Amino acid sequence: MIRLYTVLGILLTFVGLMAFGLNEPQHAIATFSKPIFKKDSIASVKAFQQVYTVLMSPRCLNCHPAGDVPFQGDDSHLHTMFPKRGIDGKGVLAMKCANCHQPENTPGVHTPPGNPNWHLPPANMKMVFEGKSPRQLARQMVDPNQNGHKNMQQLIEHADDGLVLSGWNMGEGRTKPPMSHAAFKKAWITWITTGAFAPKK
Amino acid sequence: MVSLQINKKSYSIDADPEMPLLWAIRDLAGLTGTKFGCGVAQCGACVIHLNGEAVRSCVTKVKRAIGQQITTIEGLSANNDHPLQLAWNEENVPQCGYCHSGQLMSAAVLLREKPNPTDAEIDDAMAGNICRCGTYPRIRKAIHLAAEMQRKETAK
Repeated sequence: MIRLYTVLGILLTFVGLMAFGLNEPQHAIATFSKPIFKKDSIASVKAFQQVYTVLMSPRCLNCHPAGDVPFQGDDSHLHTMFPKRGIDGKGVLAMKCANCHQPENTPGVHTPPGNPNWHLPPANMKMVFEGKSPRQLARQMVDPNQNGHKNMQQLIEHADDGLVLSGWNMGEGRTKPPMSHAAFKKAWITWITTGAFAPKK
Repeated sequence: MVSLQINKKSYSIDADPEMPLLWAIRDLAGLTGTKFGCGVAQCGACVIHLNGEAVRSCVTKVKRAIGQQITTIEGLSANNDHPLQLAWNEENVPQCGYCHSGQLMSAAVLLREKPNPTDAEIDDAMAGNICRCGTYPRIRKAIHLAAEMQRKETAK
């Protein structure tokens, strides 16, 4: 029995290392450890100013429109063909997102980027980024009634959401967000753990 | 070899799983009703149904379709008698005809979901299917006619 526990222990340690230690970059570890919350409005606002530049970049903004048609391209023009959000955010009728957007990026420029979970926010919680000031967006982000019912811990974990990550793997011909995912995640977690303060404007 | 279910028939074909499904359907299964238009999911000529959804086969890889139900224009009806096909004939919709298998496959999803579609719903469903000949007014008219035929058939 002791031998069984020993073997299991070694296996679990190895699996744990594979999951958190070897395959993931260092910044990912913070997601899984308990964050330390310590209010600091100056550091928080400063971190959000960085976060805001990412959220307002085309890779994030394009799927957070004020209307029901997403944007496309680095100039955030209306998506050609005018696909609509639909109730669940996955399109309507013969124009579902996944009809063109595959589980992975399609090779070549001007081809659909892909993700297994490609969608817009749903109709009952549009999570609009378009036109939002830093203050408005910060307040929206921490409001469970506007952020997909996420608490602070879930918000922190959202930095590693598959669709968020796809912003840094957007296929050929598209400009990346203005900082690395690691830098974004660091700013995001700093903003939240220092109190998620909203800028004055 | 991969096995694909196309129009309720099993095809065993020698296809790379990364190959566009359109190539497999046209060149390996020999079903040439589905057309190549742009190759980048921009025009809708290659629309087929994958588990009932109007998927663009030019950007859909074979591996996504393995074990799934594929329907092409050849399988839309048994005798070319889907209400949309009848209405397309009745209204003489096509001009050159190249885009129309894709148009019909998209319209079939619309009519299944909205048996009595409004003009706005037709726009929402059909906006991704381009027709260089500009047959859009006849497409709209034929969809309304097909909806009417479908309703009458259901009422019988």
